[in-house]
Amino acid sequence: MTEVLRPDISSIEAVEAGLIGAKYICNRQTATAIYLAHHLRKPVLVEGPAGVGKTELARATAQYLGLPLVRLQCYEGLDESKALYEWKYGKQLLYTQILKDTFGESLRGIESMAVALEKIADFDDVFFSEQFLDARPLLSALRQPHGAVLLVDEIDKSDQEFEAFLLEILSDYQVTIPEIGTIAATVAPLVVLTSNDSRDLGDALKRRCLHLHIGYPDAKLEERIIDVRVPGVEERLRESLVAFVQKMRTFELKKLPSVSETIDWARALVLLHVTELDAESVRDTLSVLLKYESDIESMKRHVSSIVAAVN
Amino acid sequence: MLVEFLRSARRAGIAVSVAESIEAFAAVDLLGYDDRQTVKDALRLVIAKSDEERERFDECFERFFGIDLVGPAGADLAFMFEPGEPLPPELEALLDSELARILLADDRAQLIRNLHAAAAEVDVAAVRLFTQVNGLARRILEAMGIDALDAAIERLRGAAGPQAEKLAEFLDARRRAVAELARDLVERRLAASGGGEADRMHDEFLRDARLVNVDRRDLERMRVLVRAMGRRLATRYGRTRTHAKRGHLDVRRTLRRSVGFDGVPFRTYWKRHKIQKPRVVLLCDVSGSCAPLAHFLLLFAYSLGEAFSDIRSFAFATNLIDVGETFEKESVDDAIAKIMRKIGFQSSDYGRALATFDKEHIGCIDRTTTVVVLGDGRTNYHNPRVDVLKRIYDRARRVVWLNPEHRVAWGIDDSEMLRYLPYTHVARVCNRLRHLEEVVAELVKAR
Repeated sequence: MTEVLRPDISSIEAVEAGLIGAKYICNRQTATAIYLAHHLRKPVLVEGPAGVGKTELARATAQYLGLPLVRLQCYEGLDESKALYEWKYGKQLLYTQILKDTFGESLRGIESMAVALEKIADFDDVFFSEQFLDARPLLSALRQPHGAVLLVDEIDKSDQEFEAFLLEILSDYQVTIPEIGTIAATVAPLVVLTSNDSRDLGDALKRRCLHLHIGYPDAKLEERIIDVRVPGVEERLRESLVAFVQKMRTFELKKLPSVSETIDWARALVLLHVTELDAESVRDTLSVLLKYESDIESMKRHVSSIVAAVN
Repeated sequence: MLVEFLRSARRAGIAVSVAESIEAFAAVDLLGYDDRQTVKDALRLVIAKSDEERERFDECFERFFGIDLVGPAGADLAFMFEPGEPLPPELEALLDSELARILLADDRAQLIRNLHAAAAEVDVAAVRLFTQVNGLARRILEAMGIDALDAAIERLRGAAGPQAEKLAEFLDARRRAVAELARDLVERRLAASGGGEADRMHDEFLRDARLVNVDRRDLERMRVLVRAMGRRLATRYGRTRTHAKRGHLDVRRTLRRSVGFDGVPFRTYWKRHKIQKPRVVLLCDVSGSCAPLAHFLLLFAYSLGEAFSDIRSFAFATNLIDVGETFEKESVDDAIAKIMRKIGFQSSDYGRALATFDKEHIGCIDRTTTVVVLGDGRTNYHNPRVDVLKRIYDRARRVVWLNPEHRVAWGIDDSEMLRYLPYTHVARVCNRLRHLEEVVAELVKAR
């Protein structure tokens, strides 16, 4: 464990408070997940709709624990060389060119082939050493001296092969590089994986993780979130805007407004100097909350009735 | 206790591996048993892996650990002593019962621990039948030391003084509450353990039951099964597609192309497994004769739409309509209701429906298309227009006809099935969920 910075992780309450300190308001379940992840050294798989703060959780955790956040964004076609490590081919080539003469020098005067090969083999090892290793997110997370928070974002977007490849890292916190050997983590990183459920993840991966589902927050939690993230909102407006969004989530929309949208909306309202929710200003700013034209159209009809209800 | 819970979680249909059990123990060791919500959160994080499992977990957890102490336990009986305050020594001497002390101190956590310990002792988890409930409850109480409590109550009743009497009354009320708790516990265990197994058997039964005979109250469950099937197929299909990325060197092609470069194999070519996307055109009969089935067929068509990317769905009775758009826009129930309202329960006219299809949609069939017809082939003595089916047969890669009627009924009365038969590649009886699943699995595999 880190000796320099040792944040209080002794209880779930401490974790909750720590996350609040990092401007992340969460429910007890989330705090429990982080607490367990830390103490059991298990990765956390966070699922939930877009914009409820899955990625944010990793960021806040990193800040709270005082560890660097290493982020790996997954996408289709992501492979080891982009996620784990790559040889610095250019540098290797350059060095060979520069050292060409040295090679010639040291090989001069050798008669037998076997001896020459041996000599060359020595050079070979030099070129495939850590010096020429280009660490990508996964490897650099393992090599952080005090540990790190490793965020594997949108794991469901990656290929199945990559998922299988992650298993070694997730269970043993080590990677195998054929030319060098196995590199184990100095301090096991706290791994957070996020998924939007665009495909079913493999069972092997699921089994290794703690499963945290973050849903839309309830009104009280959301108000606290707005309070922390958008300081300029007056209490009355905060209450009514959260109630408005909560109400909106009961409608059938293509994309329900998420916490991030609520925050954006609150910011927009503050910027427009709105002090009280009225139908006019809501209609004008609806595009902040909803991302589809058809959703906006269908909501416009209900705006005044909801505004009346929440005020 | 945790082992038992994990066992019943497994029975409730949550896949709990050994590794996860170990995790569960580690997590609970770390957090302690004191706070129910914490234990629940922690176990949930470790065990439940999907929304469905989370739901089941909550249910199972409530059943297993859910004990409500604020039952009939002496709501009108005010405490004479603050919990924890020592009793007058003369009464204390009369008590002589561990259980009585726990009740007096109102130490619920200890009570629950004792209850579960007793439950483990008499092996409540083995309960299978509700006739065992009374006996097991009684044995739990005995293990908790109810006899000593009874004796203490008797002694208090015998002693003089209003305080002793009141104490006896209080303990007696609490005793009833504890008895209730024990009984409740056994019943919950019964529900948790027996319930899961019964559900699974029920599911198996539903898979094999003829769709027409499925009870109305089972519809919901059936729907879940159909959806699960669609999802399973979707994943399996998704897997096969990744094979296409790999390949062997295509020597012949590489050599041939290398001629232009003086025989140097400058550019390499790779053999590719071509995974053909199963393009599916679905024709679904929703007429009166198929009505009991139509619901499922549409449901099935809907789940297929989720499994395959390239699927055209049509529903027909007298007329034929394209339902692909409805499926895409509406939720399952709305879509099906809408379609049934529009054309359901009309009498079927295969000839007309086929003719409409021929006129308007024949273009969507090419030699990679699989056409699936779901229907009984009963034309109400209209012209069957076999020629149209022949045309489809000639154009399409495969024509699969799924008929809910048994083979012996084909060709009897207005069934034109036998005349359609030559122009299908596969014709199958399909009136069970299992049949549907088999057919789709074949469609997915077919190359």
